[in-house]
Amino acid sequence: MADHDHDPHHEHGSELSETQLRVRALETILTEKGYVDPAALDAIVEAYETKVGPRNGAVVVARAWTDPAFRRALLKDATAAVATLGHVSPVGDHLVAVENTPQRHNMIVCTLCSCYPWEVLGLPPVWYKSAPYRSRAVKDPRGVLADFGVKLPKETEIRVWDSTAETRFLVLPMRPAGTEGWSEERLADLVTRDSMIGTGLARTPAEIAR
Amino acid sequence: MNGVHDMGGMDGFGKVEVEPNEPPFHERWEGRVLALQRAMGYAGAWHIDDSRFAQEALPPQTYLAASYYWRWALGMQKNLLERGFVTQDEIAAGRALRPGKPLLRKLTADVVQAGMTRNSFFRQQQGPARFKPGDHVRTRNINPQTHTRLPRYARGKLGTVELIHGCHAFPDSVATDRGDDPQWLYTVVFDAREIWGADADPTLKISIDAFEPYLEPA
Repeated sequence: MADHDHDPHHEHGSELSETQLRVRALETILTEKGYVDPAALDAIVEAYETKVGPRNGAVVVARAWTDPAFRRALLKDATAAVATLGHVSPVGDHLVAVENTPQRHNMIVCTLCSCYPWEVLGLPPVWYKSAPYRSRAVKDPRGVLADFGVKLPKETEIRVWDSTAETRFLVLPMRPAGTEGWSEERLADLVTRDSMIGTGLARTPAEIAR
Repeated sequence: MNGVHDMGGMDGFGKVEVEPNEPPFHERWEGRVLALQRAMGYAGAWHIDDSRFAQEALPPQTYLAASYYWRWALGMQKNLLERGFVTQDEIAAGRALRPGKPLLRKLTADVVQAGMTRNSFFRQQQGPARFKPGDHVRTRNINPQTHTRLPRYARGKLGTVELIHGCHAFPDSVATDRGDDPQWLYTVVFDAREIWGADADPTLKISIDAFEPYLEPA
C-alpha cells in the first residue's frame, strides 16, 4: 500500500498535491506576515460550503411568483427588494432582476471573467466559468441551451446579458403551469440554479413527481 | 488588453459540460484560495479589477491550461509580488522572512460576513449623464494594453442605451492605479446582426454594461 502512495506514474495525484503544497505555503506566508487570520479563512470556506447557495435565489423567485407587489419591486430595484426578505443573506448593491416571458428568454454570462450573483446563487459552477460557455453564450445561445437540453420556440427573443461591470443579474424564470395555489416553499423547490442563470427552465410539477 | 480572457464569440472550445451535483469546491485548496483572496481584498491590498488584470496578464497558454482557482492563485501571487506584500525569496522558502507591510484592516472570524458582502461600486457623480435610455450610441474602438471591460466583440458597434446604473468606479482607471475616476454606467443592447453579421440569429439581442468613456453618440 505504501508503494501506491509513492507511485511515480500516479501523475494526476502528484500534481494535485503539488498545488495543495503551494497554496498551503502561500497561506503560511500570508499568516506569518500578519495579513490573514486562518480562523477567518475557515469561516469563509464554511459559509460558502453551507450557507450561500441557490436556495437564496429560489426563495426570491418564489416570492415574486406569489406576490405581485414584490415582483414589481424586484424588477425595479432587486437589491432593495431582496433586502426586505430578512431571511435571505444581504446582497451588495447592483443586483438586477430580469424577467422571462413567453416572448423573451434571458440568459446571463460573463465573457471576460466569472461575474455571477454569488449572494443569491452561491458559487458559480465550473461550466459557467469555462471557455465553452463564455465564448458561445453571446454568439450561439440556442446551441448552448441545446447542451442543457433546452429548446425554445424559434420565434422567442433571446436576450443575453454580458456582465461586464459590477451589476449582477438574476433571471426571474416563468412560473410553471399547474402550480396555482402552491405555497412559496413548494414553489421554491421548482426553481433551479440554471433557471436563474437562464440556461434552464423552472421544473414542472410532473418533473419533481418523478 | 486583448487577452485570451476576452472569449466572447470565439469558436472551437466545444460543448458546455455540466457536472451533476457539483460540490462548492473540488479540492480543499480551492476554498483556501478563495478565502485568501477575500481576506486580502477586505484588507485593502488591491481592488477586484487588479485581481482580474493580474489573471488577464498571465501568458495565454497558462490562462487556458490553469483550472479556475489555480488561475486565482497565480493572479494573487502576481499581485502580492508586484505590490511588495511578499518577496520571491519568501515564495521559494514557503515562509515569511520579514515582517508584513501595514494594511488597512484585517479580516477576523467575527467580521467574516463583512468580508463576504460585496462592496458598493457607486461613486459620487462628477457631472450629468451624457446619455439616456433610448439613445443610439456607438461603442468606441479602443485597444488598450491595460485592463478594460469593453469586450472585443462589442467594439465599434451600434447599440441602444437601455438602462442607467448610476456612477461607478471605472475599472480601466482603478486597474492602472489611477483611482476611481467615477463614470456613468449604462446597459447598452445590440442586435446580434450588428455584432456577428447578417447570418446571426435574428431573435438574438446582446447587452453589455458600458461605462460612458466606452460610448459616443450615434
